[in-house]
Amino acid sequence: MMSFMKGRVLVVDDDTALAEMLGIVLRGEGFEPSFVADGDKALAAFRESKPDLVLLDLMLPGRDGIEVCRLIRAESGVPIVMLTAKSDTVDVVVGLESGADDYIVKPFKPKELVARIRARLRRSEEPAPEQLAIGDLVIDVAGHSVKREGQSIALTPLEFDLLVALARKPWQVFTREVLLEQVWGYRHAADTRLVNVHVQRLRSKVEKDPEKPEIVVTVRGVGYKAGPS
Amino acid sequence: MTRDSAAAAPGRSGPGAGRPVDPGPSGSRWERLLEGGLLHGGVQGSPVLRLFMRWVRRPLLPVMRLWRRNIQLKVVATTLLMSLGVVLLLGFVVIGQVRNGLLDAKVKASQSQATGGFAAAKQKADEAASTTTGDDGGTPADGRAPQNVIQWMSDLVKSLSSGGQGAFDVVTLPVGGDSGSGRGPRASGLVDPSASVPEALRQRIDGSTAAAQSYTRIVYSSDQGSQPALVIGKQVNDPNGEPYQLYYLFPLTQEEKSLSLVKGTLATAGLFVVVLLGAIAWLVVRQVVTPVRMAAGIAERLSAGRLQERMKVTGEDDIARLGEAFNKMAQNLQLKINQLEELSRMQRRFVSDVSHELRTPLTTVRMAADVIHDARVDFDPVTARSAELLADQLDRFETLLADLLEISRFDAGAAALEADAIDLREVVRRVVSGAEPLAERKGTRIVVIGDQQPVVAEADARRVERVLRNLVVNAVEHGEGEDVVVKLAAAGGAVAVAVRDYGVGLKPGEATRVFSRFWRADPARARTTGGTGLGLSIALEDARLHGGWLQAWGEPGGGSQFRLTLPRTADEPLRGSPIPLEPPDSRRNRERDTTDAQDAAPSDGSDAGPAAPARTATAATATATGRGPIPPLTTAEPPTADPTALPGNGARVVARPTAGAPRPDGTDGTDGTDGTDAPDETEEADEAERPDTGYRPDTGSRPDAGSEDTHRQGEASRGR
Repeated sequence: MMSFMKGRVLVVDDDTALAEMLGIVLRGEGFEPSFVADGDKALAAFRESKPDLVLLDLMLPGRDGIEVCRLIRAESGVPIVMLTAKSDTVDVVVGLESGADDYIVKPFKPKELVARIRARLRRSEEPAPEQLAIGDLVIDVAGHSVKREGQSIALTPLEFDLLVALARKPWQVFTREVLLEQVWGYRHAADTRLVNVHVQRLRSKVEKDPEKPEIVVTVRGVGYKAGPS
Repeated sequence: MTRDSAAAAPGRSGPGAGRPVDPGPSGSRWERLLEGGLLHGGVQGSPVLRLFMRWVRRPLLPVMRLWRRNIQLKVVATTLLMSLGVVLLLGFVVIGQVRNGLLDAKVKASQSQATGGFAAAKQKADEAASTTTGDDGGTPADGRAPQNVIQWMSDLVKSLSSGGQGAFDVVTLPVGGDSGSGRGPRASGLVDPSASVPEALRQRIDGSTAAAQSYTRIVYSSDQGSQPALVIGKQVNDPNGEPYQLYYLFPLTQEEKSLSLVKGTLATAGLFVVVLLGAIAWLVVRQVVTPVRMAAGIAERLSAGRLQERMKVTGEDDIARLGEAFNKMAQNLQLKINQLEELSRMQRRFVSDVSHELRTPLTTVRMAADVIHDARVDFDPVTARSAELLADQLDRFETLLADLLEISRFDAGAAALEADAIDLREVVRRVVSGAEPLAERKGTRIVVIGDQQPVVAEADARRVERVLRNLVVNAVEHGEGEDVVVKLAAAGGAVAVAVRDYGVGLKPGEATRVFSRFWRADPARARTTGGTGLGLSIALEDARLHGGWLQAWGEPGGGSQFRLTLPRTADEPLRGSPIPLEPPDSRRNRERDTTDAQDAAPSDGSDAGPAAPARTATAATATATGRGPIPPLTTAEPPTADPTALPGNGARVVARPTAGAPRPDGTDGTDGTDGTDAPDETEEADEAERPDTGYRPDTGSRPDAGSEDTHRQGEASRGR
């Protein structure tokens, strides 16, 4: 697989046994894992290893996972997948709002984890030159850039994927389930909160007025669609 | 006269007999009205009367409500009424005393005055008699004498009254009605003689020579108004020896003035006393009532959750003690509630922590097991099998842990509902497609009916899906390879999904117990299905969280039906379910249908009409067994109302085929949910369409009302 080229994964977890097990599984799947056990050292480790993806435990000594997530997200759009033991609403939503792209609830199966990681890394493997327009935004798919009147807007890869998915079929209304499948790579219906949180995050970046969205329009009771260009 | 009246009596009673209400009963009715009806609404009379009473009572209602609710008003009004009574009584007594005192003195003075007057009159008469005798030489001159007497009498009146100076008046009247001899009535000071002397007094004096007295009113011949007076009269002889009546009239003007002054004073004083007493009562009651009202208000706020509310306490009296006790109570309440909240918080924290602490090592184990499992082809057979067992049991362990955590989340009250408008058909579709592999293995067909129209409700899709997955998987697992029917319906403010299987069913009493944690129908039975034993408990909690119901019905050998009912909007209370809990193809219902068919009545028509005889026939057995007559069944209820459906685990089991037969008496069930029978009947009015939309398994192998099934254990280890 091409993803072998881009397979550096930073595992931020304080449980050494789990970290080691993760290492075994990831290596077995062809990724290059690196480890850090302390929230305070996570950012330094991130800068040093420049991973393609971060696996982040939410409960950490030192800085907690939410804080680490926010710090990493502040300087990079690298995909972050949270490992959480709490599937309760609040924890998950807080984690997603702090910038995580996806989350996986412990205990998980190795295949499930690998599928999620692949889904998050997959997008960087399709450099088809393509220009899209959504609202007053111009999207360069290959160049991974979004511009409004020449001004580029910084988006994380996930937000970029979400926007591209909507912009490619402006006539279509996407249900949350369809978006989960297309953008997150979930086969089965999963937690639609993922979509809600990320649409909010995307809107806060690309909308002139996030209260009155024009780019990503909500279709009540169905889902989302691209605004008229 | 007598005969007239006697003759008239039947004539009067003639028309009177035609009147519906004769005076006697009508009188008592009015009494009843006044006693109880007017204020308490207990009017028993005709509708017109009731209407009238209602019309009278309506404006009184706010007043009555105020009266009932306001203790201050009550006390003040009672005080006012009672003090008014006391003051009135006192006033009458005092006025009576004063009047007696005043009159006693006056009467004594008047009597001596009158006695003197009568003596003077007698003396004058004697003098005049002697003069005339002297003049005429001892023989009375019959011709002149009356002339003289007339003159003499006028002089007498004048001279007698001249001594009074307005303190009294003098009146003479002839004896009896006789005024023939020219001795007409005479009076001093413009007094109307005959009008001023009461007739009764005149008659009394007529017969005797003693003086008599009476009260009267002096009537004047002039325009002057009449005056109260004391009149003392006596029969006296005139110079001729003829009797005449002499009256002394003593006006009581002065006494009356004094009396009215006293009356006025008393009235004013009484009024003041009453008003003051009312005011005092108001003030006193206010002192007591104000703290009580404050306490009531604070108690209300406390119960509304504002636990820091306290009463203001001043002084050391009883009210202050009430306040202190109240505050102490509030404080203890607050303490306890805070403790409980703290406990609940700790419980939630604990659950969350345990969750994390358990899950992290479990994740590691799980991943390790999977790695080993994937590599099992390289192992020897024993190790390979061990790896398989390890992986399988880890799955089970995970499910158990997840269920336990879910249950403890419910117990801690930490479960939150994320309600959204969802179409239950979507959920059912997902659940059914998820259960398809299992159904294939078991050789079961899953049939969905009632999904032509959207079934939309405000619900948490994740939870509803979990509930339905549980029900469908259970039905497939316990369905013995028979078909499983998932039925959807929406009506009124509710939506429902019922999952029917034709497996071993449930024994009596099990329909409620299936929701108990870790409950298994037969503990000795091998746990092949591998559920955690918590699935239905969680499902029940999920339903409750929605404000919905999850109920079970089952009969031994006849399968079971689990019904989930959800309110259409989250804040709407459930009143009924669109699907009857007992399926129309239950053994009991089928038996009833057969009875109906035998009666050759169009059984699928309206229940009220032709089906009635059929029900009577069924009821005959009920009556025979001493259950009493059947109450009339009402079919007017809307089909949505299913009162059987108690919230939560209310459920019903058909005990035995025999017990199931006497359906209409509503006492055949094993628990208190039988009131549901009547609505079930109405719902079955829709059974006309059963052949079309309804579903009956087409396999002939379904155990029919058979006795061989009764001893087959209703195994219902409703696992996951």
